[in-house]
Amino acid sequence: MNNRVVITGLGIWSCLGKNLEEVKHSLYTGKSGIGMDMERKAWGYRSGLTGIVEAPQLKGLLDRRARVGLSEEAEYAYMATIEAMKNAKMEMDWVEKNEVGILYGNDSSAKAVSEAIDTIRAKKDTTLLGSGSIFQSMNCTVTMNLSTIFKLKGINFTISAACASGSHSIGLGYLMIKWGLQKHVICGGAQEVNPFAFGSFDGLSAFSIRENDPTKASRPFDRDRDGLVPSGGAATVILEDYESAVKRGAPILAEVIGYGFSSNGDHISNSNVDGQVRSLHMALNGAGVKAADIDYINAHATSTPGGDRTEAQAIDMVFGESKPLVSSTKSMTGHECWMAGASEIVYSMLMMQNNFVAPNINFENPDEASAKLNIAAKTTEKNIDMFLSNSFGFGGTNSSLIVKKIK
Amino acid sequence: MTQEEIISKINEFLVDEFEVDAEKIVPTANLRETLDLDSLDYVDLVVIIESNFGFKVVAEDFINIHTFQDFYDYVNRKVAEKATA
Repeated sequence: MNNRVVITGLGIWSCLGKNLEEVKHSLYTGKSGIGMDMERKAWGYRSGLTGIVEAPQLKGLLDRRARVGLSEEAEYAYMATIEAMKNAKMEMDWVEKNEVGILYGNDSSAKAVSEAIDTIRAKKDTTLLGSGSIFQSMNCTVTMNLSTIFKLKGINFTISAACASGSHSIGLGYLMIKWGLQKHVICGGAQEVNPFAFGSFDGLSAFSIRENDPTKASRPFDRDRDGLVPSGGAATVILEDYESAVKRGAPILAEVIGYGFSSNGDHISNSNVDGQVRSLHMALNGAGVKAADIDYINAHATSTPGGDRTEAQAIDMVFGESKPLVSSTKSMTGHECWMAGASEIVYSMLMMQNNFVAPNINFENPDEASAKLNIAAKTTEKNIDMFLSNSFGFGGTNSSLIVKKIK
Repeated sequence: MTQEEIISKINEFLVDEFEVDAEKIVPTANLRETLDLDSLDYVDLVVIIESNFGFKVVAEDFINIHTFQDFYDYVNRKVAEKATA
């Protein structure tokens, strides 16, 4: 079976805004969502830099039983998903009568786990964890909670693939629908934003320490980058098979046409050109398009010296002749980790729908590798018919998605 | 803490935690039905009592608690036991 797979709904909760409209404005104006969290400094972090993400107010939106099981990242995911379902015209009564699935990327729930252990140690009584702790603590906190809240009856599990989790969730949703196993899948990615989640990452010196100028700290591909800025939130992308979407009168926003993936088979944290190139080729071949057909690449580039260099080399190897515009929206968002692969599809969709390429802010001087790319340092007015989004994670997991405008 | 203060405190956290109208909390009403408690909610009730009154409820204690008055009496007794301990 080879069904066409379309995007019918988008939702976002990030440091760039609490809905699509706010985020579109931030992307267009190149507004950074980065600031300082002084609590991290008190905890001994090298860097207090972080994406600043507002906590959703769920009282009044959800009943108590639903709320107590939600981890921080699941709260973000709920907000992103209600926006996406509304945009997709997915009403609750329709959802209850149809087989709607959920595949969401998430790879930690450190705050919930840490707070639970602290309670056990202090109280010596596990009952005092309360009823919600287990549902907040598991990696599948997003899918187990949202499937219950939205009464979903289709496929239901979480994808944990480090910083490619969100991208693989969309890729797997795409394959499920393409092969006729599902008709409607809620995909996405979520990432907690708190001092519990990033200690070890900080300890590896992966983070920028440009604390005196937070909005300049995340500078992917720039010669003077000194590390990434952790961030988070959630992004939801609703996928459906084209025929079913048309039949139910859903808005058809774009078509997913390619999903490439690979594993480096190499170092646990260092990136690898060969693995990324294989992922890019698989996505292009699966989509049946040429490198020159891609108008825009949303790069994974996180602002680490090694990672950005590798990706620049991989992009140059595959797209060196056509030189499509490239930007890393992480220059504004920081690295949204488990969420990034999904949020960057949302960001790229907003660009495609509004005919612009968001800037790779803070790109002032290229290095040898990034000099070979066509990087959009400023907001660029451009018609995008097809874009590609890269996501790469620890362990050498790579994912590349290709999305095409519906004409 | 007087009995009135204890009852007032209990009603306050029940309204806040279980999002029930204050008028529905009357001494003769059934606790489980009024608050729509399932087995998971009882665990949260244990947590709230511990944080407000500093004693731990064991699950079996709930067997004999049917009405709000039963609940008030139970908490009063445990608070008094704690004070004299």
